Amino acid sequence: DLKSVLSLSIQNIPALRRGKHMGFAWGQGNIFVYETLFKATGSGSPFIHEVRKDEDIYSPILRKLFNESHHIFVGLQTIREDLPSKNKKPQFVSISKNYRSVIRACMEELQQVAGYPLIRSVLLQVSILLAIELIWNLCEVLFIDAAPAGSLLLHLLDWVRLHKADVDEKARDVLQSDSPAEHRDYWDVVVSYVLQGRLDEARQMLGKKATLTPAANNIFKMMDNLLSKMPFYNPGGTQTLTEFDVKWRHWHEEVDRCLQDNSFASNQHLEVLCKILLGDEDTLLEHKDLLGTWYHFLVSRLLFCHPTVKPTELHYYAQSCMTMFLDSRSAPEPLDSILLAAFEFDIHQVIKDCSIALNNWWFVAHLTDLLDHCKLLQSHNLHFGSNLREFLLLEYASGLFTHHSLWQLAVDYFDHCLEFGRVYLELQIERVPLDTERKALKVLRICEQRQMSEQVRSICKIMAMRALRNNRLGSALSWSIRAKDAAFATLISERFLQDYCAKGTFSDLDLIDNLGPAMLLSDRLTFLGKYREFHKLYGEKRFKEAAKLLLSLMTAKIAPRSFWMTLLTDALPLLEQKEVIFSADQTYELMFCLEELTSSLNTPSSDSDKSMQEEDVELTKVELLRLALSRNLAMAIVKEGTVET
Amino acid sequence: MENINAKYVSQKISKTRWCPVSYSSLQQPEVFATGSWDNEDNKVSIWSIGNHNNSGLEDGFEGDPQILCEHKHGGDVLDLQFLDQERMVSASSTGAVTIFRYHPNTHTISVLQHWARAHSYPCDNAPCTALVCSSPEIVTVGEDGRIVVFRADQEGAVRVIENADSSTIHAVTYLKTTEVLTVNSIGQLKLWDLRQQSSSPSQILSL
Repeated sequence: DLKSVLSLSIQNIPALRRGKHMGFAWGQGNIFVYETLFKATGSGSPFIHEVRKDEDIYSPILRKLFNESHHIFVGLQTIREDLPSKNKKPQFVSISKNYRSVIRACMEELQQVAGYPLIRSVLLQVSILLAIELIWNLCEVLFIDAAPAGSLLLHLLDWVRLHKADVDEKARDVLQSDSPAEHRDYWDVVVSYVLQGRLDEARQMLGKKATLTPAANNIFKMMDNLLSKMPFYNPGGTQTLTEFDVKWRHWHEEVDRCLQDNSFASNQHLEVLCKILLGDEDTLLEHKDLLGTWYHFLVSRLLFCHPTVKPTELHYYAQSCMTMFLDSRSAPEPLDSILLAAFEFDIHQVIKDCSIALNNWWFVAHLTDLLDHCKLLQSHNLHFGSNLREFLLLEYASGLFTHHSLWQLAVDYFDHCLEFGRVYLELQIERVPLDTERKALKVLRICEQRQMSEQVRSICKIMAMRALRNNRLGSALSWSIRAKDAAFATLISERFLQDYCAKGTFSDLDLIDNLGPAMLLSDRLTFLGKYREFHKLYGEKRFKEAAKLLLSLMTAKIAPRSFWMTLLTDALPLLEQKEVIFSADQTYELMFCLEELTSSLNTPSSDSDKSMQEEDVELTKVELLRLALSRNLAMAIVKEGTVET
Repeated sequence: MENINAKYVSQKISKTRWCPVSYSSLQQPEVFATGSWDNEDNKVSIWSIGNHNNSGLEDGFEGDPQILCEHKHGGDVLDLQFLDQERMVSASSTGAVTIFRYHPNTHTISVLQHWARAHSYPCDNAPCTALVCSSPEIVTVGEDGRIVVFRADQEGAVRVIENADSSTIHAVTYLKTTEVLTVNSIGQLKLWDLRQQSSSPSQILSL
């Protein structure tokens, strides 16, 4: 039953014991619920239950709805703003129809899946979609297309016909039978056709009966005549509404005359038809089962009483039809209230009621967005900032973000919420789980395109930390370079240097050798790169250049003080060469560095935990260096003082 | 305008590959495989665009892909390659490499071989980012910087080059039957000669 699907539901949490207190905490799109005790003692249930409101986003078929409507949504946002609204109406109507066709496609697919045995949850889903499409269609007719009197009724007729498919099914059964005119549903089909204003089809059906009962040929011909002459307003034609009204009244009087003359008295069915054509309420209400709904009753009544109904008059008829049709004992169902609000042109009420009745913001968000583009929503701001359209879109998109896969759609929705969209995106995008580098890069691209530098840094840091934890130093370094995170780059460079000190060789040479301009990100990183360069120069036996580089590392203070000893020790083989490599000036500088280093070492510092042995080694090294430096100095002075002849 | 057919399939697809047809038949391929990603349950699927069941072209849905069969896949499908006409290999975000076989007669997919930790960190999974096949050899690379060579008919890995790269290797391709080319996240191309036993590349090219 269509009506009962839109209602508030109460969810029982079976695991919580009856009568116990419940505590809760909001999550993203869900609530965590647990049993609480107000007393300090006593045992309780150790479980936390997650209650998720929106299960729809996990349905594979409904996913298509979200994806396709996202596509339509983005297209809608990019419609040029400078065109006057008048020209845009057909575009908006076409977009509305697109949305509806997506809903229908989903419905059809769900119906195929439901199959045998009928899966209840899927059928429920179908019913909800049916209701949504019904409401949307009506909104399109009344608000977006905004048909004036005359066309209005025609659109409403289409609306009703679209949502009452069982007539065609019945008609098919009747026509396929051996003797259609004697089928038990025959008259039901004829009456249904007439109620929907499908007079040509009704006439065709009647023709079958007419051939069977030649004796009653006259009255059948009369009825056929009446049906054929019923005027329908033609919006594209030259006839004005007033002219149509006059013509219609003439016809109406003619039908009335037939009834008063008892022309159809011999055939009760035809007499019923005649009364329907006159719009007789009691007769219409006698066919409640064929009408099915109060809004069908409404449209049929308007068709045969007041086809030139104006939009502003609708609500009066709607209210009275609903009252007449429905059982006075039961309260109106949510769907009925929503439709009534639509007939009353109370857009805000429609949106509000739909928000409450449905468990997912999809419908209200997209419909409101479309109505907003049609400039139909008054822009009164809500208490909590932003307007209604943005509020609903933000809610919808936030819900999407909780989905492991649909989060990418949400980004576009946030982009088109001008006031708070960016903030929401900034908060949400950091919470996307990053299992693979590929996904991280996708998320990063989204942030970089929107200049969200904070988030870029944060994500890169997460990836760098992860790499570091798995001992992937190269990966970690490349992430920190991407984030331009100097502090982290320093940290990783330290690790590299520690590795070198421990193992005596560099790991990950491929990275260090090819840092390029990224080397300048942090001092430590620069030192690492340059130090490696020194090793390369040494390996290529370009000693003079190597020497120069080594010295500059210390004098330019690129090298950290802690590393100076290592550097000086590296200088030893250069000092010991037969050929003089370090010039006298350079040697003086080296000596200066050594003195600087030893003076700081001699101060009673925290190095007091060094063992006696270590200190001995240190002293020996210093001695060796002093000796080598002196010898080199001597050779250099001699060499520089010699005149080449 | 050319026919462009769009079909929503309720999953994010990461890779699509045409199923190779035999050289003797001169037809275009009609069957393709897809791998999904970013789902709670990912899968590998086989689709057809040929008129398998329809009699003619009047259906109006010519070219509309129909799913033939699918098989669940643990983790995101980061790469998918056909080994030969019936077998395809997938690289997973869990670090696993799997060989699937597609049975065209029964329209089913079965798992032939599964290397669960082809790529891993000491205490965690490392995604296998790409792979390339030259039947029966399969070369895979991953975020752990490892290059692994498998043979479709052998249980264990034929060769593992540890620490081939200090950063993540994003893709691999054959240059010659004995040489592969890999690219990493800092933009370096490395040439590897699989005939040699060394763990260093024969050439490094920087972009």
